[in-house]
Amino acid sequence: MGRYVVRRLLQMIPVFFGATLLIFLMVNVMGDPIAGLCGERECDPATAAQLRKEFGLDKPVWQQYLTYMGNVFTGDFGTAFNGQPVTELMGSAFPVTIRLTVVAILFEIVIGITLGVVTGLRRGRPVDTTVLLVTLVVISVPTFVTGLLLQLLLGVEWGWIRPSVSPEAPFGELLVPGLVLASVSLAYVTRLTRTSIAENRRSDYVRTAVAKGLPRRRVVTRHLLRNSLIPVVTFIGTDIGALMGGAIVTERIFNIHGVGYQLYQGILRQNTQTVVGFVTVLVLVFLLANLLVDLLYAVLDPRIRYA
Amino acid sequence: MRRATHATWVACAAALALVGTACGGGGGSGDTGAVLSSSWGDPQNPLEPANTNEVQGGKVLDMIFRGLKKYDPGTGKAEDMLAESIRTTDSRNFTITVKDGWTFSNGEKVTARSFVDAWNYGASLKNNQRNAYFFGYIEGYDKVHPEGGGEQSAETLSGLKVTGERTFTVRLSQKFSSFPDTLGYAAFAPLPRAFFDDHDAWLAKPVGNGPYTVDSYVKGSQMSLRARDDYPGPDKAQNGGVDLKVYTDNNTAYTDLMAGNLDLVDDVPAAQLKNVKKDLGDRYLNTPAGILQTLAFPYYDKNWNRPGMDKVRKGLSRAINREQITETIFHRTRTPATDWTSPVLGEDGGYKAGLCGEWCEYDAAAAKKLIEEGGGLPGGQVRITFNADTGSHKQWVDAVCNSINNALDNDRACVSNPVGTFADFRGQITDREMTGPFRAGWQMDYPLIQNFLQPLYYTNASSNDGKWSNTKFDDLVDKANAETDTAKAVTAFQQAEEVVRDNMAAIPLWYQNGSAGYSERLSDVRLNPFSVPVYNEIKVS
Repeated sequence: MGRYVVRRLLQMIPVFFGATLLIFLMVNVMGDPIAGLCGERECDPATAAQLRKEFGLDKPVWQQYLTYMGNVFTGDFGTAFNGQPVTELMGSAFPVTIRLTVVAILFEIVIGITLGVVTGLRRGRPVDTTVLLVTLVVISVPTFVTGLLLQLLLGVEWGWIRPSVSPEAPFGELLVPGLVLASVSLAYVTRLTRTSIAENRRSDYVRTAVAKGLPRRRVVTRHLLRNSLIPVVTFIGTDIGALMGGAIVTERIFNIHGVGYQLYQGILRQNTQTVVGFVTVLVLVFLLANLLVDLLYAVLDPRIRYA
Repeated sequence: MRRATHATWVACAAALALVGTACGGGGGSGDTGAVLSSSWGDPQNPLEPANTNEVQGGKVLDMIFRGLKKYDPGTGKAEDMLAESIRTTDSRNFTITVKDGWTFSNGEKVTARSFVDAWNYGASLKNNQRNAYFFGYIEGYDKVHPEGGGEQSAETLSGLKVTGERTFTVRLSQKFSSFPDTLGYAAFAPLPRAFFDDHDAWLAKPVGNGPYTVDSYVKGSQMSLRARDDYPGPDKAQNGGVDLKVYTDNNTAYTDLMAGNLDLVDDVPAAQLKNVKKDLGDRYLNTPAGILQTLAFPYYDKNWNRPGMDKVRKGLSRAINREQITETIFHRTRTPATDWTSPVLGEDGGYKAGLCGEWCEYDAAAAKKLIEEGGGLPGGQVRITFNADTGSHKQWVDAVCNSINNALDNDRACVSNPVGTFADFRGQITDREMTGPFRAGWQMDYPLIQNFLQPLYYTNASSNDGKWSNTKFDDLVDKANAETDTAKAVTAFQQAEEVVRDNMAAIPLWYQNGSAGYSERLSDVRLNPFSVPVYNEIKVS
């Protein structure tokens, strides 16, 4: 197990460098970011040159990349165009998005798995059909529609929530945005769990457990659910990264100043430092989440042995 | 709303305890202690007077700074603020006296030095100020801000001299009669010593001399401004302060206004324009601003610079149905343009309705004829380039193209050519990569006819994106700038504008309005000619 973890961690190094280099090149081909800094007019050439020098944009791309990576290892992610260090932006954005992601993941786990188990055990019954239909609707409606609709109904029409989240973004205000962010994944989790449960219900070990006279509750949680959760855990694990990066739409609708917002601003302003910095951290989150999933396999199913 | 009410209650309680005055709710009188909240966008550049060139940062500077002049929020006329007098005999040497009794919010006196130091800082190349070129008229600018990669050979502008505690002189490198009227622009604001002594601390919490002070500033999310009790100016804040809240999307800001969480939205989203009257009634403002949208042309491309092309450009202008587009797409938040300035200048200021004449009137048959006479569209097609990331540019460009295609009976006469980001769009313009007409919006820096013409059409001027050049135009502008009599200067500028018209240097499309919506708590809300709310006049009940 230990060797496996080490090997996985080592594998992360080339992925990390590859991903950051790709992002670096992608932002770079978008053109000269300094051109947009002076508004609807050309920056005077002297100031533009000076700004380019300040942000290191006057050097060839490979050199910019090397300097950047060198700095990253000393914890310096560069400066955004408004003069703020990128680490400061991260410090304000990541906690918010992490909170939002936690809310979303909790919704997925609690609602998604519960619904999945309920429908999986009652396959073909009205409950099952209803949930299947509802998840189908949720999956087919785009997030921004769900988001705007909930915002309008709950925020403006009924006044239950504030339509926008305050800068501090406490958990309470993130419930609705979290639900919106989780909605599509939640539907998938429900369906995955349902199928998995329905399949395993017929397996020998469940029959044995039932035959032994174990209480139903124990059969379901200890035997059936534990084995059925493997595909679900894989999905939720990879979803952590996807939710953090994919929060752009939700964060925009509810005015949440998180990672999605900073990335959006960074891309609009072609701020290489911001975009590469945030994506680098997201890549790390993604890789770690994947590692965690693989480790969880072994916990859930001792038959899966590594190393 | 709940929080705001709470704040009001606290303020009232405090007022009661201190002076024993009654605390009136509602009514037109307004509560001078109450704070209002307003939508805001994250400023793109560091917040310094000479470094801020967009509306969002400018909004703050307008609240925390007062310069030598101030533009009247109603008429746009430049009026003395900190200037006691600005004297000149030759339109080139100016003696400026600063009024007595003005202080920065940290108690420091505003003196002649506050201005001279600030201007020197703004002009100096090593400080990277985006608006440095505003000081380009002052003598010695080429030394502190050498163009073309030269070494900076001076720290300060030789044209600026402090001659007394409250007086200084300015010598320009050429005659510029309307120079005093430009001094209301934020770049010319005075700066306290704190700015130079601890720059980082100043940036974290700017200190100015205006009616508001910065109470707290969380970059990217909120700035709280509070009214200054010791503000010496005549335009004291009528409210207790303003909380500027950053919104990622103006739709969310509008939703918050509807839900009662926000008091003022100064940019009604295009998607809401058709509901806004029903939603807000009288609390919706739609007033002219000093913004003109045009289509510029790349004169560095020989296709657009050959003889006879002015007919093609005039033809294109006549093929655009401005009335219809401003009505259907913009819901009358734009007005069809009939000259190259803006109605906010007023007739005395140089706005001349109908100067464009028939060339701005829609006439499909005439358009077709003109384009044929001019030798047809280069390559048989025009591609209108624009940035697709902000605004509703895509919609109107498509509409303009439709209009042109219909007028010319040719589905492929005009196509739109979107560019992903504003920076990329600007980059392509700077690198002279345009091959056809492109979007050129102009928001004035100060309400002068000079500002609508010289930066845009003078040879090699800072915003002459199409690189248009015409000696007759340049001569007329020079003549206008040398004119000491304002009325004569305006006439000369209008003659220059006629040169622009006769060549159709750029096609004027429409004047843009500023729009705003506000909650029932507010009264006396209006937008200045820069489409920024006049915050200090707003009353909160």
